Amino acid sequence: MDLEVLLFASLRDRVGRSSLRLRLEGEPTVAALRRALSSAHPGLAAPLAASRIAVDQEFRSDDHVLRAGAEIAVIPPVSGG
Amino acid sequence: MGTEALQVELTREPIDPRALAERVADGATGATAIFLGTVRESHHGRGVLRLDYEAYAEMALREMRKIAEELREKFPVRRAAIIHRLGTLEIGEVSIGIALSLPHRADSFAALKHAIDTFKERVPIWKREHFADGESEWVEGS
Repeated sequence: MDLEVLLFASLRDRVGRSSLRLRLEGEPTVAALRRALSSAHPGLAAPLAASRIAVDQEFRSDDHVLRAGAEIAVIPPVSGG
Repeated sequence: MGTEALQVELTREPIDPRALAERVADGATGATAIFLGTVRESHHGRGVLRLDYEAYAEMALREMRKIAEELREKFPVRRAAIIHRLGTLEIGEVSIGIALSLPHRADSFAALKHAIDTFKERVPIWKREHFADGESEWVEGS
C-alpha cells in the first residue's frame, strides 16, 4: 500500500519536505515503516531511532499494523512548554 | 474562548495570564493554580535571541485535551485551561499557560506539576532556537 508520512522539525529540514510517500507490501507494521524510511532516506535513520511514530494522531508501538489511508507522522522528541 | 470546563488552545497571539485565570474562574473553587512558561535568554550558556514554536496541531490539541481529562480523573480539578503559543517568541514572552481551578489548595500544586510534566513529554510541539551568534537549531527533547 502507498502511505504518506508527515515530518516535523529537524526531520523535515533534513529531508527538505514536510511529507514523504512510501510503498509497503502486505500488512506492514510500524517497525516495517521505520525500516523502509531508513533505507529510503539513510539520513533519517538516527533521528528516526529517537522518534515515536503516531498513527491517526496516537502514539503507536512497533508492532502496530498500519491500515491504508492512515495518517502517519514521525514525532521527534518534543520540546514544547 | 468558551465556557467549557476543559479548554485547550494553540494560538499565535500573546498569552494573557489574567484572561487565562478567568477561563477557569468558578464560584465553587478556592484555589486557582497557574503555570507560565517563558522564553529564556540562554540555553546551555549560549545566548538566545528568540524562539520559533511549531506544532503538529491536530495531534497536539488531542494530547492537550487528554492531559486535561487526566487531570480531572487524578485530581479534584474542576476546570482546566491549557494554551500554547506558536510562531516567533521574544525573550520573556509566555510560551505556555496552564490554569487549573480546584476546591482546595492542597492538590493544586501536584495537579499543576502533573500537567506541565506530561505536556513536556508528549505534546507534539517543537522549538527552534535562534542564537546570538547567528545560528539556529531545533531543540528535540527537553
